Amino acid sequence: MKQLSDTLFNAVVRSCAIGTLILVSGLCVTLVIHAMPVFRHSGLSFLFTSTWDPLRQQFGALPFLVGTVITAVLGVLISLPFSLSIAFFLGEYFPSGKLSIFFQSATDLLAGIPSVIYGFWGLFVVAPFMQKIEIRLGIMPYGVGIATASIILAIMIVPYTASIAREIIKLVPSDLKEAAYALGATRWEVVRHVVIPYAHSGILAGILLALGRAIGETMAVTMVIGNRNEFPKSIFDPANTMASVIANEFAEASDDIYLSALIAVALLLFLFTTVMNMFGRFVIKKLTVRQES
Amino acid sequence: MENPILITENLKAYYGNHLVLKDINLEIPRLNITAIMGPSGCGKTTLLRCFNRLHELSPGGRIEGQIWLGDTDILSLDPIMVRRRIGMVFQRPNPFPTMSIYDNVIAGYKLNGMKLSRVEADEIVERALRGAALWDEVKDILHRRGTFLSGGQQQRLCIARALAMNPEVILLDEPTSALDPKATAHIEELLISLKSRVTIIIVTHNIGQAGRIADYTAFLYLGELVEFGPTERLFTAPKDRRTEEYLSGKFG
Repeated sequence: MKQLSDTLFNAVVRSCAIGTLILVSGLCVTLVIHAMPVFRHSGLSFLFTSTWDPLRQQFGALPFLVGTVITAVLGVLISLPFSLSIAFFLGEYFPSGKLSIFFQSATDLLAGIPSVIYGFWGLFVVAPFMQKIEIRLGIMPYGVGIATASIILAIMIVPYTASIAREIIKLVPSDLKEAAYALGATRWEVVRHVVIPYAHSGILAGILLALGRAIGETMAVTMVIGNRNEFPKSIFDPANTMASVIANEFAEASDDIYLSALIAVALLLFLFTTVMNMFGRFVIKKLTVRQES
Repeated sequence: MENPILITENLKAYYGNHLVLKDINLEIPRLNITAIMGPSGCGKTTLLRCFNRLHELSPGGRIEGQIWLGDTDILSLDPIMVRRRIGMVFQRPNPFPTMSIYDNVIAGYKLNGMKLSRVEADEIVERALRGAALWDEVKDILHRRGTFLSGGQQQRLCIARALAMNPEVILLDEPTSALDPKATAHIEELLISLKSRVTIIIVTHNIGQAGRIADYTAFLYLGELVEFGPTERLFTAPKDRRTEEYLSGKFG
């Protein structure tokens, strides 16, 4: 009896695991098959040219690639000072107590807000504000654009970096910290020379996860990025990311080659995030502090 | 007692409102090994952590009374200055896993942002490692991580790290409880060889260890200093019934 249930459980677990694998590879294969027409049509110029004109059947996805990288990286850079401060504050300085719980739930709450709400807020609060700045700077006051999207993204990804980094910082063994204190180190010196070197791979993992989120974020970005299919000349220009162009144009993709082009963008996005993920894992493996004893 | 290095006067230590050390009056003799022993939870580790004010880092940790180091009350000093003069070795060997053996030894200088020339650093590292009887074993692998060493070697590295700061006192909190008998014997020998240059205070759970290495022994029970004196006298003719019962294994 016991053996039967064991076999059964084994089979269920196995098939679920294999099912996941099949789903992911199926997804990838479908994307490749449906992306083929556009590659046959435009070849590699799909990746390396920057004119996206569906009416003339010109499909160059480079602006979206660039738009995605710039908004995501800028978003992560803007969020870092805030997310890392929160992580050190909650992980090292106030790891317990009412204040800590309050701040912790407040940051975690940020992760639970639907992205369409961020989009709305960006459109009605951040965009007008950016417009004022752009008028001051004497440039075209679009309001929407890469900078606006990056700010919204930065706020959206703070909880990811902050919560992972916080947990990693909490895991730094207290006897290592005490060893440093016992040598006469100040709190900052302990953070600088013991906590950060020990936790840096985990913190990097949090940053990479946030970057992955930023690359794939669709709704909020689509609402505030301005949706212009041109190569952006400054960070205040309207642009498009891979995710936003799919969301925006999928419904109006009338002919097969147009649809195929959008699916190819999706394939690109898929590969991009996969590579990011694998790179992240590799970096973490390389940097993790080995503790033998 | 002539020329004690540390004197506690009515030392009280708390965790929150819980009193864990009750009016400790103790004189630690200079350049000797003093053992603090007692059953679990008697406050011996807390007492040790009062001497370098690490106790105050524990949540709710508070100290009252006086601890004289020479003619200054260390409770009135900046804890950072106290910890540079009084080193510590912990129960579990804890070399910094992100640093090489070399960097571990001079970690005290690095952490405090003190600049050392290459020559000075080399000299400090060699002197400290020789002091900790580890030099011959690691002199060719100084730039490898300290975490690859055996437990006993790691603990001696931690002793070297404390010695490198030239402290007046070294506190050891059950430094051999995580080690095998051979490594333990090695550390005990090392401590005896060190007492001519630095005062040693060791917390131990192990009566035999106190008997083997300590010149003076303090017996703590339920946060009280029950008895303190030369180890030989305390072991052969304890004045207090509780000391006698502890030594004969009736509790602890």
